[in-house]
Amino acid sequence: MKILVAVKRVIDYNVQIRVKEDGSGVVTDNVKMSTNPPDDNAIEEAVKIKETGKATEIVAITVGEEKAQETVRKALAVGADKGIHVKTEGVLEPLAVSKIIQKIVEKEKPDLVFMGKQAIDDDCNQTGQMLSALLNWPQATFASNIEVKDNSLEVTREIDEGLETVEINIPAIVTCDLRLNEPRYASLPNIMKAKKKPIEEINVSDLGIDITPRVQQLKVEEPPKRKAGIKVANVAELVQKLKNEAKVI
Amino acid sequence: MAVLLIAEHNNKELRPFTLNAATAASQIDTEVHAVIIGQNSENAAKKLSELPVVKKVISIEAPHYENFTAENFAPAIVKLAENYSHIVCSANTFGKNLMPRVAAHLDTSQVSDIIKVISPDTFLRPIYAGNAFATVKTNDAKKCVTIRPTSFEPCESSGGTATIEKGEAGEEFSNTKFIKREEIKSDRPELGTARIVVSGGRGMQSGDNFKLITEVADKLGAAIGASRAAVDAGYISNDHQVGQTGKVVVPDLYIAIGISGAIQHLAGMKESKVIVAINKDGEAPIFSVADYGLEADLFEALPQFMEELNKLNTIQK
Repeated sequence: MKILVAVKRVIDYNVQIRVKEDGSGVVTDNVKMSTNPPDDNAIEEAVKIKETGKATEIVAITVGEEKAQETVRKALAVGADKGIHVKTEGVLEPLAVSKIIQKIVEKEKPDLVFMGKQAIDDDCNQTGQMLSALLNWPQATFASNIEVKDNSLEVTREIDEGLETVEINIPAIVTCDLRLNEPRYASLPNIMKAKKKPIEEINVSDLGIDITPRVQQLKVEEPPKRKAGIKVANVAELVQKLKNEAKVI
Repeated sequence: MAVLLIAEHNNKELRPFTLNAATAASQIDTEVHAVIIGQNSENAAKKLSELPVVKKVISIEAPHYENFTAENFAPAIVKLAENYSHIVCSANTFGKNLMPRVAAHLDTSQVSDIIKVISPDTFLRPIYAGNAFATVKTNDAKKCVTIRPTSFEPCESSGGTATIEKGEAGEEFSNTKFIKREEIKSDRPELGTARIVVSGGRGMQSGDNFKLITEVADKLGAAIGASRAAVDAGYISNDHQVGQTGKVVVPDLYIAIGISGAIQHLAGMKESKVIVAINKDGEAPIFSVADYGLEADLFEALPQFMEELNKLNTIQK
């Protein structure tokens, strides 16, 4: 079984982002970038499945500018066998990304595609579901547990009401929740070995897909700031403030 | 052209956020039609027809719609889409799972999780866990939009008399099989709509200690929330998680107990009207969004909090 895992390079989750003064976006120059956190869970799960002998090959793919390749290199260091970097410039929407990955799926013929459930930059939560629609494959989104069966996966999904379990036949798409597993760190020897693993570079123009953005970002601004609060000395004062000042209890 | 609202329901009743999504839909266009897809869902369809903002209900029933599987729902919605300019749904796990599938079938770039309708093609949406707001304009002819329910008031739920039309069911998608759903039943208010939310974080130290939160929540008639750290540590189940990838809540009062205030948690609660933080670390980021901060050991503060609440003659419900 072959697993394709999609990874995205985003501003590191610990960075307090800053909005550009001209309202054109968010400052990314000299800002720490990392793999989108739930994409790390997607890689980890694929590696775990390979370790049980149920998968034979893991291919990590990213779509984006030159530096996006770092995320593929990191995936190779934790256990992916080969990488694919589809090179693009400028704004990419989830619909465009899913069309690109669809092309790669047709070429690579994986049995499963894993990715994070949501990217923490645009917070769209779309790509996996869109890819699944384009391929007409089953989807298990927000996965917190995966059991590999003969020709299917049994997946526990985190939903608003609690948990849901679905069985999806292979080939299938899974989008991963942070609770799916604990991503491992790459060891130094594995980082060195990963440098020798192949990364295929593909220019998006060679795929023959229209990736022109359909949604224009007119303006990015800071959210309204909360007014500064106060510290109370003790519980009695807190309750008194809530009762008489804020009038919420 | 009209707006098509996708109703969320449990085959008996509408899920509350359908009312918030209906409000957003009515701000895009006054002609709102609503589709309800399910099995034996007549009662929920009737409730939908009573929303005054809904002008027509399309009810589609079939056994394979019983469990709300996106792979079954999407083609049925796509078939209806030609008559509509917009397709709208709540950005909760139901809508997040379903809408991108609809959008991809329609070759439309979806606009996710909007918090404001600026015009029928322009919307405000949070990005980077709500640390920036983007104004976006979609140029697609057909617009797929999910709405953040807590950013829109629920619409009126009675007085409407929309007609209910039967819609045609699509084929079953055979490669996805529903196995089970484990819903955690509770007598407390729902987290997403509660007036007061009391949340615990890693500072609670154990699942047992959450009973301190439960007591306060029961006293205040509040829902119980949690940080991702507390859910990851197994103190409480995932349906309580507040944050970027959990639930977004905007109660009148949010009480954060033993929560440090990671960016992803703040994303889920910082629009609350009044925020209280109780944490022994005076430098914790949660204090930067708190209206009332108490620097204290929660294991001392919570029993005192109960005592003080018990002294009050009345507590708003």
